[in-house]
Amino acid sequence: MGYSFSRILAAMLIALLASTSWAEESLQDMTAPPQESEQADAAGIAPPTIQTILDRLTSRSFDEKEAAIRQLAGQDSPRVIPLLNALMERELIHNRKDDTITLGSKSDGQWQLLDPVTLEPLGQVESRAARPVVINNRLRTVINNQLALFALNSERTEERARAAEQLIGNNDPEMLAALKALRETEDSPRVLEQIDTALNIAALNSDDLTHRLNAIQALSGNLHPETKNTLNQRLHATDSDTEKQALEKAIARIEARIETFQTADTLFFGLSMGSVLLLAAIGLAITFGVMGVINMAHGELIMLGAYTTFVVQQALPNSHEWSLLIAIPAAFLVSAIIGILIERFVIRFLYGRPLETLLATFGVSLILQQAVRVIFSPLNRTVVTPDWMSGALQINPVFSLTYNRLYIIFFALAVFLALLTLLKKTRLGLQVRAVSQNRTTARALGIRSERVNALTFGLGSGIAGVAGVALAQLTNVGPNLGQSYIIDSFMVVVFGGVGNLWGTLTAAFGLGIANKLLEPMAGAVLAKIIVLIFIILFIQRKPRGLFPQRGRAAEE
Amino acid sequence: MSLSRSMKKLAAGVVASTAIAYSGAVMAADTIKVGVLHSLSGTMAISESTLKDTVLMMIEEQNKKGGVMGKQLEPVVVDPASNWPLFAEKTRELITQEGVDVIFGCWTSVSRKSVLPVVEELNGLLFYPVQYEGEESSKNVFYTGAAPNQQAIPAVNYLLNDLGVERFVLAGTDYVYPRTTNKILEAYLKSKGVADEDIMINYTPFGHSDWQSIVSEIKAFGSQGKKTAVVSTINGDANVPFYKELGNQGVSAEDIPVVAFSVGEEELSGIDTGPLVGHLAAWNYFQSVYNDANNAFIDQWHAYTGDDKRVTNDPMEATYIGFNMWVKAVEKAKSTDTDKVADAMIGIETPNLTGGTAVMNENHHLSKPVLIGEIQDDGQFAVVWETDGLVKGDAWSDYLPGSKDLISDWTDPVNCGNYNTKTKSCGGASAE
Amino acid sequence: MRDSTFKGALSDRTARTFMGVLFGATLLVTLLNQVFPPDSALHVSAYTVTLLGKYLCYALLALALDLVWGYCGILSLGHGAFFALGGYAMGMYLMRQIGDRGVYGNPELPDFMVFLNWSELPWYWHGFDQFWFAALMILLVPGLLAFVFGWLAFRSRVTGVYLSIITQALTYALMLAFFRNELGFGGNNGLTDFKDLLGFSLQSDATRVGLLMATAVALAGAFVLCRWITGSKLGRVVLAVRDAESRARFVGYRTEHYKLWVFTLSAILAGIAGALYVPQVGIINPGEFSPLNSIELVVWVAVGGRATLYGAVIGAILVNYGKTVFTGVMPEAWLFALGGLFVAVTVFLPQGLVGLVSQHWPTVRDKLQQKKADRDDTTTAEGDAP
Repeated sequence: MGYSFSRILAAMLIALLASTSWAEESLQDMTAPPQESEQADAAGIAPPTIQTILDRLTSRSFDEKEAAIRQLAGQDSPRVIPLLNALMERELIHNRKDDTITLGSKSDGQWQLLDPVTLEPLGQVESRAARPVVINNRLRTVINNQLALFALNSERTEERARAAEQLIGNNDPEMLAALKALRETEDSPRVLEQIDTALNIAALNSDDLTHRLNAIQALSGNLHPETKNTLNQRLHATDSDTEKQALEKAIARIEARIETFQTADTLFFGLSMGSVLLLAAIGLAITFGVMGVINMAHGELIMLGAYTTFVVQQALPNSHEWSLLIAIPAAFLVSAIIGILIERFVIRFLYGRPLETLLATFGVSLILQQAVRVIFSPLNRTVVTPDWMSGALQINPVFSLTYNRLYIIFFALAVFLALLTLLKKTRLGLQVRAVSQNRTTARALGIRSERVNALTFGLGSGIAGVAGVALAQLTNVGPNLGQSYIIDSFMVVVFGGVGNLWGTLTAAFGLGIANKLLEPMAGAVLAKIIVLIFIILFIQRKPRGLFPQRGRAAEE
Repeated sequence: MSLSRSMKKLAAGVVASTAIAYSGAVMAADTIKVGVLHSLSGTMAISESTLKDTVLMMIEEQNKKGGVMGKQLEPVVVDPASNWPLFAEKTRELITQEGVDVIFGCWTSVSRKSVLPVVEELNGLLFYPVQYEGEESSKNVFYTGAAPNQQAIPAVNYLLNDLGVERFVLAGTDYVYPRTTNKILEAYLKSKGVADEDIMINYTPFGHSDWQSIVSEIKAFGSQGKKTAVVSTINGDANVPFYKELGNQGVSAEDIPVVAFSVGEEELSGIDTGPLVGHLAAWNYFQSVYNDANNAFIDQWHAYTGDDKRVTNDPMEATYIGFNMWVKAVEKAKSTDTDKVADAMIGIETPNLTGGTAVMNENHHLSKPVLIGEIQDDGQFAVVWETDGLVKGDAWSDYLPGSKDLISDWTDPVNCGNYNTKTKSCGGASAE
Repeated sequence: MRDSTFKGALSDRTARTFMGVLFGATLLVTLLNQVFPPDSALHVSAYTVTLLGKYLCYALLALALDLVWGYCGILSLGHGAFFALGGYAMGMYLMRQIGDRGVYGNPELPDFMVFLNWSELPWYWHGFDQFWFAALMILLVPGLLAFVFGWLAFRSRVTGVYLSIITQALTYALMLAFFRNELGFGGNNGLTDFKDLLGFSLQSDATRVGLLMATAVALAGAFVLCRWITGSKLGRVVLAVRDAESRARFVGYRTEHYKLWVFTLSAILAGIAGALYVPQVGIINPGEFSPLNSIELVVWVAVGGRATLYGAVIGAILVNYGKTVFTGVMPEAWLFALGGLFVAVTVFLPQGLVGLVSQHWPTVRDKLQQKKADRDDTTTAEGDAP
């Protein structure tokens, strides 16, 4: 689903690019039957078979390959579309031994070969003896255009819409005729919208002023990038004042809309950055905010969560789509257990001396980092993004929300709410709050503060692990993962006010959005520096953060 | 590492460290010591530890062949821990305390700059295996990675000529390599008639992870009706989130191709490359190059690491070439003396792994082929373009005003790293 | 009670022992380096000299931190920033001293400015060709920053963890800023390839030994100064601030003034340490601002033992020596060792190594004395035997 949206955008941009650089010649080439076969027919030579065309793909020259692809596309055979798709998917194999092209797939380090036309198995060859036919971006565009042409007559609405969209900005009369013909029979509004945009853009070059003015009117506010480009071109070319005014109005309207959506974009980026900060900081809000432990190993607990995701994916190689759902509890457990061990063996001895917990946990963080380096190597590990998290939710051509970030925003909020409920509504939560407010009284009332401490630290650590699962979808899974988040996390907790979860939430989103608002003006680094200086000055004004804890518990 | 082995090492270390205070240069008669100066911890460990293993593998293999001049090679591995002052300190330790005859090491420019005064002072020998910004040529350093004219300029030519790109985004991490490379490219693009407003330059900090705004800016820049490409000098770690964001925001290689100079097989091994198919990289070597020498090298690497999924990359090839050249030079000079080896190095030829021959030039840079590859879904590159012959590494760029008159030539009669061809004197652009 | 005059600080036993060991070691190394020829078994190499110089710079930095942390209770996680600023000031002077010996031979601009096409020296580089100016900046820049920062922070009573975190933010922000090439300090590459200092070549052994001696003198001076401060009335107020700030305030002391004073002084000492460090290691780059460096610094002090001054020095030297040894022999394992050390020290030795010794020293001493007494007893007994 997500992937298809990104495809649409891709196709759109292809159309745009194709229209400006070389589309005119090449698209004509596409529609005209390949010249080679015509000549072959004329000369009385037997027409080329699909296999002989395919064998031209053994060439190292991309020009030769392009010619072969166009020739293949001109063949009247049900195998053409599957073969073009196979070429895109790297399933068309060049067998180095006998220099032929076959279909193939890799299993156990061997190529299983199939005949490209009859699909008969042709045995297998060793891994290095064959390799997929290399295509480059130019060929990929050619193939995509060919496939789009076929798709214009497809039964499926989505394919027709995508094909029509790819033809936006194309001025070839034959193409336009095809679009006009399709318009008569088409009943899907989605496809019609694309066709109308394509036809209106084409009409901008019409000789008739009324035609042009109507097209401009229809295109006003249209967000397709090709629209704005063509309108701008027209603005430079026209000598009619009426047209000029109409054009300026239309462009201004488009620009105003783009600006609105860009602001929305920035806000979304800010929310997304805020959600990452929230995830990274929220575990720390427990260990640091509630327990007063300056846990420098917090980042490494996040890192362990990310590595757990990797291990779960390795263990379940065929179920990347849902293995994340297993990774979340697994990461929670792994980090929580390590957290409890840290609490039992190190932090237990240091309660009431917060600055010393900093030193000890810094030592722990070094050990954890190096342990990961020894176990998993210092190299980054690949965490696969499931399809449902790839791509973007395309609202319109200039505004889209990337799925991974969208899900992470919701995920961060869910974790936050779960934690809040846990602390406010459960018995454990009550005990945690009691111990953090007044340890002695809590103990006097029969709370086993040791156990509560261990569980609280485990909880904070476990949440760090869960954050790791989310971060693995955004960034590198490597031994340094934790280091890059630890300082930001502390800033968020301190800025929000130690011991206040709502403060952490506000601080995370506030800092995220502030950062993203500053970024276009100041650049990424300066934005971050400005935010840091702001935090420093803010702490001077309000030494206990946005939402200071009140009462005796706050006084050390 | 077994416990007893580490205990022995520890004991040896204690002895060695006590010896530090009293020993002069330790000279071992029966072995030739080879220093390995790559970070094994800290932020650069991710890239550098592979090169340490490569050197150790080459040494092991050379020893099986009987060593060099009948002597076994003895590796001395130290960990500069991605800490730049520590690079200088460890270099001094390797040369004066351990008495190594040659050092293979460094990755980042700053580590090389930190080491440079020390190798020059102590007259050591350093082989530097990573692509870099140029603008340097030391008597004591051999640069086996690519200079900008062996990577950046051919790649941009490919974009201009083969892909018809008219607008360029020069995106890089804010440090000296991207800054210099982009300066060179900017001057080069302008000389090719690309207008100012068609070049967008963007710098980000190390390890930048939130690419949303920048990718969206690139998209906007690329939707103005002209074919646009991104030339990326983004460093290591920041690439994963960058490419993920590109993929998610739907920027495919057919729309806005990204050509990278710091992304190789190893960097890709940390990424799901499905959405990246078609993006480009320019290097002097790709693992996917098919020939006997490369196949043998890959097999050897897999056997050495015990992991047949480990990839090879360009800096490894540069290490391979540098090591083999050093062996040849020592045998030619019949000595490990720095000056003699450095003299013998110039003109040495060894096979590279792309089916040709690497030549060490008088400016201490190699002649190499330049390859452009497109990322495939298996994390490898498919070569889509290569230079006809070898490109000679240029120590000083012709496109920077400060260095256009400079050349480096370590043979007589010039014998100078920054020779000014205008004033015919050694000592930089302002020399008289 | 110690004599609280400056002379007293100079002559008390701890200070005398400290300076005795420090100068003894420095002079020994100097002699071994300068007198014995390189091939002699007794020769100390330049490597050892610079290594020792580096340790002493770290020791000075640790001393500066101990002053604010051990005595004043301010855990600064940003002291690396003052160290680095002092280092940059020195580095700028050294860069200007290169003159036209850079690779481009530009007499005015450092190399990194030439290849980034800068046409003229930024204004803040002016004056750094003079040593006196650079020396002034080494003191002023860290001092002023600490003063302004401290003034803001202490006035609004930012304490404890909050203060630690914002000092960390400070050094982090500075690191990001210095990484920017636009700032004109060489970006990630920083400043390097120095040639000479006050006309002495940095490549010569004599200069190295000279720098080592200078560092030793600076360290000794700082030590005496800190002893004096902590022993004086001011020092006792500072201790009161550490132990019960509110009470000290209620009694009528303007606690923030005392804190500000000590914090600024400490930053200046850190700046001096940085300035001495740079010519010895030969490079200064933004990595020195890294928050992790500052945390590591805190750990040196903790390992040695807080609020003793000499504990900080011992801690800095021991940890860094350990680092040198371990990175050489067990590169893969040294982070385990370092991490383990930090945990062990905080959990088992809250007073640091110095605390361990002083805790057990009375027992050991008593035992020794007991033994001696026993022996004396037996001899007497034997002697008494008719």
